[in-house]
Amino acid sequence: MTSTSGARAAPDATAGGPVGVVARGLAVRHGSRRSWALTGVDLVVEPGERVLLTGASGSGKSTLLAAVAGLLHDEGTEVTGELTVGGRPPAASRGRLGMLAQDPDSQLVMTRAGDDVAFGLENAGLPPEQIWPRVDEAMAAVGFVHGRDRPTHALSGGEKQRLVLAGALARRPGLLLLDEPTSQLDPGGAALVRDAVARVVADRAATVLVVDHDAAPWLPLVDRVVELVDGGLVEHGTGWRPAPRAAGLRLPAATAGPVLLAADAAGYTYRGTAVPALRPTDAALRAGRVLAVTRPNGTGKSTLALLLAGLRAPTTGRVDAAAGLASGVRRGGTAPHRWRAADLVTRIGTVFQNPEQQFLTGRLRDELALGPLRSGEHAAAARATADGLLERLGLTEFADANPFTLSGGQKRRLSVATALATSPEVLVLDEPTFGQDARTWREVVTLLAEQRAAGRAIAIVTHDADLVDVLADERIRL
Amino acid sequence: MTSLAVGPAPDVALARINPVTQLAAILVVTVVLLSSLDLVTPSIVVAAELCLLPAAGLTSPRAVWSRTWPLLTSAASVGVVNVLLSDDAPPLAGAALALRVVGLALPGVLLVASTDPVLLADALTVHWRVPPRFAYGALAALRLVPLLVVEFESVRLARRTRGVEGGSNPVAQARLFAGTGFALLVGAVRRGSRLATAMDARGFDSGVPRTNARGSSLHARDAVFLAGTVLVCGVAVTASISTGAWQPLFGG
Repeated sequence: MTSTSGARAAPDATAGGPVGVVARGLAVRHGSRRSWALTGVDLVVEPGERVLLTGASGSGKSTLLAAVAGLLHDEGTEVTGELTVGGRPPAASRGRLGMLAQDPDSQLVMTRAGDDVAFGLENAGLPPEQIWPRVDEAMAAVGFVHGRDRPTHALSGGEKQRLVLAGALARRPGLLLLDEPTSQLDPGGAALVRDAVARVVADRAATVLVVDHDAAPWLPLVDRVVELVDGGLVEHGTGWRPAPRAAGLRLPAATAGPVLLAADAAGYTYRGTAVPALRPTDAALRAGRVLAVTRPNGTGKSTLALLLAGLRAPTTGRVDAAAGLASGVRRGGTAPHRWRAADLVTRIGTVFQNPEQQFLTGRLRDELALGPLRSGEHAAAARATADGLLERLGLTEFADANPFTLSGGQKRRLSVATALATSPEVLVLDEPTFGQDARTWREVVTLLAEQRAAGRAIAIVTHDADLVDVLADERIRL
Repeated sequence: MTSLAVGPAPDVALARINPVTQLAAILVVTVVLLSSLDLVTPSIVVAAELCLLPAAGLTSPRAVWSRTWPLLTSAASVGVVNVLLSDDAPPLAGAALALRVVGLALPGVLLVASTDPVLLADALTVHWRVPPRFAYGALAALRLVPLLVVEFESVRLARRTRGVEGGSNPVAQARLFAGTGFALLVGAVRRGSRLATAMDARGFDSGVPRTNARGSSLHARDAVFLAGTVLVCGVAVTASISTGAWQPLFGG
């Protein structure tokens, strides 16, 4: 017996055309904060219009998006002014909404591609015989070519985002909200997603609101651009282009010193796999030089970062520290992966792509003092180091705040600072500018250039072509 | 890492038996194994269960071992501990206990090896009227587990970059492990709430009666499978009683 629960006719999620968004004098303040996240926002998005909402990290983009999506129902969140979606309060219009968020791994539910697209239609109570044609239609619309039976866990980040978009589209939403949908993807994946969005928005069946601090790639796909500045909205005219983030950047010069750390045909193969994650690679890190490691796609470059950082042992070849860098280590000789953690942090500092993974304490000051304490510094000296870095990064007012409560840009600066706190001679950074707005980008680049001028050897693995342009002295393409 | 991924089940014979039928069979086996303390009953049940390993795609010794080593180790320790700690338990009683642990857990191994979790959720909601909120919510959470394993390794490496490691001191190791676990928990809660928002945005649990695009059906083979399970259990109990080994747990 095949059994399905009774279908109700015309669920609200699948009826009607594009819906508009109207905000008048909208202001939002989150419970625990003194300042308003948004003030006096006036925005009219006509049905079928395609609008890019941009702005720096912390400008209130996410808050406005959450308000439109009807997600601002936290206790203590204060909302004043007027906001309607399709002429109704946002929470009442949620059935007409399609969403694509940042993280490809926390939006899929089912194990097969087709089942996942069908999920939203099952929730809408559509009879099964109507579901599959619409699944196929939505998958074709986003250019998903792998078929319904493709296991979702085997997809790349870009393909997963395409599938999530198909899942949203299948419900025939009146408003598509795209929340930095490419911010966690490599350039190839980002291009896949933008291509899918371009196909989908062409017929204007839905109003589209894209939220992204990186405006340039979306300009061909939208009708107009609005920017959030200090909680208020600025409308940009046609032909507006964001200022290049490297414009006017002046970086201190540095002189090359000796090689501090070298990889000699170092490669890595995960246990139980046949294909190496990293083929044998040579690399030399010199004092006062920045080495950029690039690769269009894939994980090999992060693997090289782990080897150089002394976090994994190469399965072929070797990574050796120069005698000067290795002097005084209690164990492991010139092989960084065999050093004690306390010896490692004063010699090689590492910054991961995701800053949150490296936070270990509940306060910024403790976070910055942790490395120095672990490497044997006295409490007073460690605290002085921490306070100096807080001041240097403009984070002094947050000294007692929890690192997890910082904005994305602040977290990134903090994670770089934690690596600098133990004054290592070598710095290894994995995508330090990933997902950062223009202001944080310039701060990180300036900070790294200063470290280079101070004679540190720096290795950066990155997709960021601008970063390589302004900072790299030497390059490796994997 | 891919072997941990939650994905569609391979096309194996046992996958053709509806997941709720398998759950019903597990219930029957559990009741029978918990009703006697003898060695004969679990021996026959476990023998029958072993015959089903190939039907679940577990043919190579390596595949069987990788799925069952935690079970086998715990079963062995249950047996040994019972013999060691009890004054009057003969070694045979320990073996009987160990065998019952295996007999109770193997059906679960078979179910997991042969079942697409999506089809399990479908079957539970369609046949047993389990609320979709629970069934598909649990399914979505299950998909995040493999990510947790990858994340655990990243957090462990990240702590080394901060000068934190346990070294050879087991207490320090344990504290480090606990700290890593906490960092993971924070990450998992955040990811879980993002997933909940994403499911919400696709109308999950919005009050509209949910339909099922795949459906879930019971066939004659499901009845045969359940009858076969009852038959094996009946044979085991009969053999146990007729050989005089039967030791009922209650009322004996």
